[in-house]
Amino acid sequence: MRVTWELRGSRLFLYLSGELDHHAAHQALVEVGAALDEHMPMHCVLDLSGLTFMDSSGIAVVLGTYRRLKSYGGELSLTRAPNHAAKVLTMAGVDKIVPIASVARP
Amino acid sequence: MNVQNQMKMEFLSRSANEALARSAVSQLAAQLDPTLEELGDIKTSVSEAVTNAVVHAYPDKLGMVHLRARLLEGGVLEVTVRDKGVGIEDVDQARAPLYTTGGEERSGMGFTIMESFMDKLAVRSVPGRGTTVVMRKRVMPRLLR
Ligand SMILES: Nc1ncnc2c1ncn2[C@@H]1O[C@H](COP(=O)(O)OP(=O)(O)OP(=O)(O)O)[C@@H](O)[C@H]1O
Ligand SMILES: [Mg+2]
Repeated sequence: MRVTWELRGSRLFLYLSGELDHHAAHQALVEVGAALDEHMPMHCVLDLSGLTFMDSSGIAVVLGTYRRLKSYGGELSLTRAPNHAAKVLTMAGVDKIVPIASVARP
Repeated sequence: MNVQNQMKMEFLSRSANEALARSAVSQLAAQLDPTLEELGDIKTSVSEAVTNAVVHAYPDKLGMVHLRARLLEGGVLEVTVRDKGVGIEDVDQARAPLYTTGGEERSGMGFTIMESFMDKLAVRSVPGRGTTVVMRKRVMPRLLR
């Protein structure tokens, strides 16, 4: 699991890659939190295109990121979720809280 | 039912073993020539069952997790995950979507995912004795797809 980020104007892009399971989730949230604390972006885009696996632990990572942004009025959107990750996220209703912009692999 | 192939694993309830378990089952399931989507569903379901044993069954200690995967007649994969942990008081409640005792790090979707990604899910649990989860999924032969 790897977390990288890139600041584009006022938007912070966070890239999650590798396997996001329970084993990786805690560290992922710590790294996401550190990037958010450093930049306090008003808009954050979580790019999931690099994920090769994601289970329900990923739901908590997305919602944790959402709550962290919301605590100071920031907004979160999701982009390029692989089909499989999108399936897990929609099953949990995450798409009703955080917009899922597009899907990486058809 | 005729068993065509079978494997068994036991491992300590360390989170690093979640990937080990799902990739082992995925390698066995690959013998049924599943689609990428089917394989993804299988890996996720195994990960959910094993993660539950790691997170919930043995809250403040390490314990053994037993995994068995079998290929049955007709292209059916059967996966059994068993622990000797704390068990579940009310299985129906535990299986309900969004029910969790895990706080903010969990979302209560594990059983719901297993149920919808696999064809069958059976959960047996005895408080204080442990939990057994059995899942089955039929992988369509390529010719019939
Ligand atoms: N092997 C187990 N041993 C003891 N309790 C369990 C076990 N598996 C599940 N449970 C109980 O059932 C509840 C629901 O499990 P489920 O997998 O659906 O959600 P979760 O693990 O809480 O969250 P998520 O899977 O979304 O991360 C758990 O919160 C826990 O209380
Ligand atoms: Mg779970």
